[in-house]
Amino acid sequence: MNCPLYIRSVPTQGELKFHYTVHTSLDVVEEKISGVGKALADQRELYLGLLYPTEDYKVYGYVTNSKVKFVIVVDSSNTSLRDNEIRSMFRKLHNSFTDVMCNPFYNPGDPIQSKAFDSIVSTMMVQAC
Amino acid sequence: MDQGSAAGTGGTFISLSDTEQRCYSGLYALCQPDSSGKLAAGKVAELFRASQLPAETLHQVTEVCGAKRLGYFGCGQFYVALKLMAAAQVGLPVRLESVAGELPLPVFVGIMNELEMRYPNHPSTNESQPHILGSLTGSAPRPPADRPVLRHPDTSMDKQEAWSPPRSPGISPPRSPSAYRSYPYGAQRNGTDTLLAHDGNVPGRLSVPQENSSPSHYSLKLQSEHPVITCVASVERLVERAEIDYSDEPWRITEEQREYYTNQFRSLQPDLNALIMGTVAKNFFTKSKLPIPELSHIWELSDVDKDGALTFPEFCTAFHLIVARKNGYPLPETLPATLRPGFVEPGVVTVPPSEATEPLIVFDDKMMPGANQLEMGSVDLQMTSRPGVTAKQDTRDESRKPEFSPKRIPDPHEKPIQRVSTLKPDSPQELDANMKSRTRPRSYSSTSIDDAMKKVEEPPTPPPRPQKTHSRASSLDLNKLFQQSGQGSRPSQHSLSAKSGWLPPPPALPPRPPATQIFSFLPGSEKSSQKAVQQPNFADFSKFREEQESSVRGGLSTEDLAPPKSDSTLRHQGHAPQKPVRRKLHPESESATPPSATPYSAATLTKSTQRPPPKQKREIQMAIRKNRETNAVLTRLNSELQQQLKVVHRERVTLESQLELLRPVAST
Repeated sequence: MNCPLYIRSVPTQGELKFHYTVHTSLDVVEEKISGVGKALADQRELYLGLLYPTEDYKVYGYVTNSKVKFVIVVDSSNTSLRDNEIRSMFRKLHNSFTDVMCNPFYNPGDPIQSKAFDSIVSTMMVQAC
Repeated sequence: MDQGSAAGTGGTFISLSDTEQRCYSGLYALCQPDSSGKLAAGKVAELFRASQLPAETLHQVTEVCGAKRLGYFGCGQFYVALKLMAAAQVGLPVRLESVAGELPLPVFVGIMNELEMRYPNHPSTNESQPHILGSLTGSAPRPPADRPVLRHPDTSMDKQEAWSPPRSPGISPPRSPSAYRSYPYGAQRNGTDTLLAHDGNVPGRLSVPQENSSPSHYSLKLQSEHPVITCVASVERLVERAEIDYSDEPWRITEEQREYYTNQFRSLQPDLNALIMGTVAKNFFTKSKLPIPELSHIWELSDVDKDGALTFPEFCTAFHLIVARKNGYPLPETLPATLRPGFVEPGVVTVPPSEATEPLIVFDDKMMPGANQLEMGSVDLQMTSRPGVTAKQDTRDESRKPEFSPKRIPDPHEKPIQRVSTLKPDSPQELDANMKSRTRPRSYSSTSIDDAMKKVEEPPTPPPRPQKTHSRASSLDLNKLFQQSGQGSRPSQHSLSAKSGWLPPPPALPPRPPATQIFSFLPGSEKSSQKAVQQPNFADFSKFREEQESSVRGGLSTEDLAPPKSDSTLRHQGHAPQKPVRRKLHPESESATPPSATPYSAATLTKSTQRPPPKQKREIQMAIRKNRETNAVLTRLNSELQQQLKVVHRERVTLESQLELLRPVAST
C-alpha cells in the first residue's frame, strides 16, 4: 500500500538515497494525516532540516483526497525555491495525476507510465534545478 | 540516438542540415535497422562499398564513428559515418573535425543515384514542398504506384515535426514491411491522392530511398495480405479496412476511415454528440489486442479534454491511432495536428444524424466555406450520416486543405457508400465476433475495402453465402422441383413408388450428408464417399434394397445424437425418399451428372410405365406427410439435445471452476 507509483530523481547518482528519504518521510506524512481529520488535501511541509551532515535537503509532502502521497525532495542549497513554488509544483503534479487517473487503461495502484506525466515531472524538475 | 537534427556519437554532436538529415534517414532505413536501431551489417557494408572509398578509409570511418567500438552501427554511428564518408569523398581527412563544417552529401554509387533523383530540390522548406512534391510525383514513377504511396507512410506525422516522425516510420517499415502494403493500396486507391495534401510529404521522400531497396517487396505486397489486426471486434475490422487508406500521411483520417469510426462510435454510443465513457471505450479498445501501455498512451493522446470520456472526434483520433499502431507505426509523442479534434478536413460535413446509411448527398452547404464546395460536397456524400464532426470544426480548416477534397473525392466516393450499407449490418456482429487470425490475404482493389471489412468483421454472416451445400439440407423446393421433374415416372416396379413421393427432401435432416439420393438414376453416381454409401439409386431397382440399407445406415449415422430408435424406421423410410432429393442438391459436385441424369432418367422413366397421376399424387402426398413427421420429430429431438448440451456444458463449467479452486490448495 505504500509502494511508489512513481519515483524520479534528477541527478541519478545517489538515487537510492532519495528513495530511502522518500520512504521514511511517508511515515511523517501518515502521522500528519491521521492526526487530524481535517483537510487532507492541505499541503504539508516536511522540513527535516539537516539530516545528514553532508547534505541537507527539504522534503515536502502533499496528500490527495484519495490518500495518494506526493513527496518532493529538494536540495536545501537551492534556496531559490520558495514555498509557493513548491505549492505550484504540487498542484501541477496533482493535475497530471488526475489526468493519469482519467485514463481508463490505468489501474489505480499501477506504476504510472504515462508519458505526459513524465514530461510534466521532468519539466518541473528541470525548472527547479 | 536523438532524433533531432543532430547525430551524436560518443558525445560529439554533429549537426546535420535538412537535406543531409533526409538523405541519411533514407540511407539509414535502407540499411534495415532492426528494432533496437542497429543496422544490418551486410547492408552497411554494401553501402560503404558503394561509396567507392578505399577500404582503409572505410575502416577509418568505422573507427572514428564509434561503430567499431560498439560493434555495430547504431543510428548515431551511422550518421557520423555518412558524414565522414562525405568528407572523405571531398578529400578531407577522416576526422570528426572535418565533419563539423558543411559538406556535400556522400555519394554512393548506385544508391545515391536514385536518392539524388528523389531529392531534386534540396531546399526542403515547407514552402517549397509543393514544388518538390510536384517534381517528385512527376519524376517519381507514378505507375509504380507504390512509390508515391510509400511516401506518405513516412511523411511526417506532423508537418511541424520536421524529422523525427519521418524517421521513425522510416525505421518501422523494415520491421513491419507488411504494414507498407497499405500504402500502395492507398495509392492505388486514388491515384490523385498522391498529390493530395502532401504538404508534409516532402519528408516522405525519405521513404523513397527505401523504395529502391525493396520496391519489389512493396509491389509484391501490393496484392498480398494485410496483416489483419486482431482486434477482436470491430476494431479489427476497422483496422483492416482502414489500412488501405493510407494514401496520405498516416495521421490523417480518410473519409472511409471516418465513416467507419462513425459507425463504431454509433455502436458504442448512438448519439454522436455524446461521450463514450472511459470504461466502455476501454473495453472496446482492449479488443484491439494492443498492449495496455500503448492503449494508455493512445488514450492520453486522444483525450484532449482529459475528462475520462471520448467525444466523437477524440474517439476517431483514438481509433485512428490504434489503426496506425496496428499497422506498425510507432505512436507519436504528441498528437499530430491532423488528428486533433479541432482538425477538420474540407470534405467533412456534418450531416444531421438522422439518416442511417443513406447514400450521401446530404451535405450542408453552409458548412463549407468557399472553394471547391461542390467537390467537398461530393466528398461529403460519403460522410452522409456523420454528424459527429460539428459544423464549427468544418468551417475551421477547410481552407487549409482545399486541395485535398477534390482529389479525395474520386474513389472514396462510391466505396464508402457501399461500405456504409455493408457496414451497418455487420457492425453489430463485429462487436462480438472474434478475429480468427491476424493475417489475412487481401488483394488490394478499390473494392477490397469491402472485402476487408467483411473479413475483418469476422463474418458471422459471410456475405456471399455459399449455397448451403446440398449435402446438407437442401431447399425443399429445389428438391421438390427437381424431383418432380425427374421423378417423372419412377418405375412403378419398385416399391419405390411409395417413396418416390419423398419429394420434399426433408431439409430437416441436417446432419449428415446423409442420404443424398440420387435422383439420377445413374447407378453408382455417388458423389462423395458418404453419399456414396447413402445414395441409393432409385433408378436402379435392383439396388433398391441396398439403398434401403444404406439409407438406414446413412440415417443412423446422421443421427448420431442419441438416435431415437423409434425413429429409425421412420427415418429410414424418410431417408429413402429423401435420397433422390438429396442427390439433387448437389449441383456443384455433380453438376454434370444430374443434368444428364435427369434427362436420362426422365427418358427412362417415361419409357417405363406411366403411373396414373393421381396415384402418384397420393403417394407423393403420403411421402410428404411422412417426411413432415420425420421433420418434426427430428426437430424436437434436436432441441432436446441442445438443451442437454447446454446443461452439460454448464455442469462442465461449474466443475472446471471448482477444479480451479481446488487446484491452488492442492499445489500448496
